[in-house]
Amino acid sequence: MAEKVRFIIERQDGPNDKPYNQEFDVDYRPGLNVVAALMEIQKNPVTVDGKRVAPVTWECNCLEKVCGACMMVINGRARQACCALVDEIKKPIHLAPARTFPVIRDLLIDRSVMFESLKKIQGWVELDGSWDVKDAPIQNPYTAQTAYEISHCMTCGCCLEACPNVGPQSDFIGPAPTVFSIFTRSENLTRPNVLTRLWKRAALPVAATVKIASKFAPNLSSLQLTSRS
Amino acid sequence: MAKDMSKKKIAIVGGGISGLLATIKVCELGGEVDLFSYCPVKRSHSLCAQGGINACMDTKGEHDSIYEHFDDTVYGGDFLADQIAVKGMVEAAPKLIKMFDRMGVPFTRTSEGVLDLRNFGGQKHKRTCFAGSTTGQQILYALDEQVRRWEVKGSVHKFEFWEFIRIIKNREGICRGLVAQNMNTMEIRAFRADTVILATGGPGQVFGRCTASTICNGSAVSAVYQQGAEIANPEFIQIHPTAIPGSDKNRLMSEACRGEGGRVWVYKDGKPWYFLEEMYPAYGNLVPRDVASRAIYKVCVHMGLGINGENRVYLDLSHIDSGYLERKLGGILEMYSEFVGQDPRKVPMEIFPSVHYSMGGIWVDRVHNTNIPGLMASGECDYQYHGANRLGANSLLSAAYSGTVSGPEAMKWAKTGNKGSELSDADLEAARREVQNEYDKILTMNGSENAHKLHHEMGDLMYKYVAIERDNNGLDACLVELKKLLKRWNDIGITDHSPVANQEAMFVRQLRNMILYAMAITKGARMRDESRGAHAKIVLENGKQKHDKDGELVFMGRDDERFMKITIVNYDPKTEEPIVTYRDFDHSLIKPRARNYAVAKKE
Repeated sequence: MAEKVRFIIERQDGPNDKPYNQEFDVDYRPGLNVVAALMEIQKNPVTVDGKRVAPVTWECNCLEKVCGACMMVINGRARQACCALVDEIKKPIHLAPARTFPVIRDLLIDRSVMFESLKKIQGWVELDGSWDVKDAPIQNPYTAQTAYEISHCMTCGCCLEACPNVGPQSDFIGPAPTVFSIFTRSENLTRPNVLTRLWKRAALPVAATVKIASKFAPNLSSLQLTSRS
Repeated sequence: MAKDMSKKKIAIVGGGISGLLATIKVCELGGEVDLFSYCPVKRSHSLCAQGGINACMDTKGEHDSIYEHFDDTVYGGDFLADQIAVKGMVEAAPKLIKMFDRMGVPFTRTSEGVLDLRNFGGQKHKRTCFAGSTTGQQILYALDEQVRRWEVKGSVHKFEFWEFIRIIKNREGICRGLVAQNMNTMEIRAFRADTVILATGGPGQVFGRCTASTICNGSAVSAVYQQGAEIANPEFIQIHPTAIPGSDKNRLMSEACRGEGGRVWVYKDGKPWYFLEEMYPAYGNLVPRDVASRAIYKVCVHMGLGINGENRVYLDLSHIDSGYLERKLGGILEMYSEFVGQDPRKVPMEIFPSVHYSMGGIWVDRVHNTNIPGLMASGECDYQYHGANRLGANSLLSAAYSGTVSGPEAMKWAKTGNKGSELSDADLEAARREVQNEYDKILTMNGSENAHKLHHEMGDLMYKYVAIERDNNGLDACLVELKKLLKRWNDIGITDHSPVANQEAMFVRQLRNMILYAMAITKGARMRDESRGAHAKIVLENGKQKHDKDGELVFMGRDDERFMKITIVNYDPKTEEPIVTYRDFDHSLIKPRARNYAVAKKE
């Protein structure tokens, strides 16, 4: 018999239903990650008690840790499921939806609030048009490198799930969108009204925000507070 | 209705780079866009493009020219790309880069602060602009912000987590709308549109494990194929030489690794053998993808020299300065460490070829109209620009360029096209009802097959018969097996009957579309009796694969006389089978010549 890995999954049938746990065993194989295990459950959705149930619902796309879709709470910590290697986490493995966001079903959550925040921040360049205009200005490579780091945020919501200041008690839009608005896309494009708009809604020291983002956001780990903080 | 009815409504399906650029163009021209996507558009598969985007910027003192980019693309595509279309793309490329730069894409800079360029396969000049090793992500994010700007202005209505099901034609056969389903509430709705653009990406999931995202299933393309859209060149599937093999997916290891000096090798007689450098002295590790993939396959499968006898070879960066690697390739090296548990800065990576990109797709003319009036296709889901093999870093370019062409053309059709009769409310309801009935029927399926297991089997079949090396015996067998799968699809049993986010029922519907598209790929490959680009066919002798006197497999040559033509595949609704014909195309600018990467390219 192949070695089994036990998963305890917090399920919920619909947005207004009560959560309940179900347990599944998945055959171990080297390199197995949480998404691959969920895919195995899809092929044979039978619980450890031998009950045939509906397959577990979750969201994923790229499986390379660049799209941000498969964020969920694994053993109590919000992270991407595709790079959560079974070898490296404690068993049995507990999966739960990130409840900072409304749950649609099982591990599937509604993160539209994050995209609404991006609408409010209006951090885009006010482009004259997508036609030929001119060259973009030459840019300090150091600034470009910083912008590149910030621009890795994949709007997965990990940092909102982890941040104690995000929740019904406050208007704070969360670390990720805040960081995004502090460092606009390049030096020459800084628009102060972005910040003004933001700080009316959310008062949290910038440094603390960056700290949370760099600790919990998967692609922002090398983020440092730089010149314009 | 208070709404401005004179505004033209364009429905765009897919929010990758092509769909988003088309959206921006439509908005700039005063149109309104309904934008449909499986996911928030910011999570589209374009973000998996790592290495870069080609454009002749000529900032490295190498005397690069647009003509050289043109010739590399046509030559790399083994002379099967429409040359007028390719010319348009390479001429626009530098302008597109400047536009992305203005949008704030954080391209990697030189010490002076101008855009840096790197080498890529099949090109002798540095021509690839890049943002570290996440170029696609950075371009997609910049476009996502620009589209959000139009969304706030009210010109874009996003339908995220909606699945495109089919187009709606009026009685004259002109596309006037579409039916889509909400993936969370399962609501099915019909939409009117003056023009529909599909920008739904590639069909990688037809092969099961591939470098594509789980959403790249080709289902939308197959749906319109079944409604009369022609498919062109589906047999040309790019196998990327360097991917990390995995059971859930094969993760891409960018061609930028080879571009930045990575070397491919295996042990032979106890010593490292840099086989690409030996086989192809002129290009070495920078041969195009089809050439590199076949060489790796040969070394592993036919010569038995893979690492520990397995289908793996080394991709080695360990001789390169780690600071340089961090700056140029940091993101993907971290990805390798994370998924494999080894540091590629210190030990060579283990890689093997994987299905990666479809050169073929929906047939379009040079301004991206399909053969169905009112329906357009743009990006990887169309067949334009790459011929029989795509050069690395030309995909971001073709995705972007096609969007800048299809968007304005969609507006032109909306304003001046002969669109025929309007869809009545009854027409919309009839189309919706049809899709609803089909969906309800899926929910009642109670057979013995599991859709995900069938999908796995289909992937195995396609890899076995329609991947790096093909022969007519295998392709015939594959068609028979695919037909059996199509039959077994009817015997699927559904375990999920939920009215909320029923992913299983949606997958069952997608799977049928995937099987029919797999048949189009296989049939296209079966009928093309030559080798060209990514399509390599072994000669059969007395029903067996032919070997020469040295025991090497004998492949068919390129046959310009018979096959310098576009494969056109039509769906036969009676038999559900693909019908293959051939069509001429424009190759008037560069005369075809033999493609040989062992020597420097001659013009």
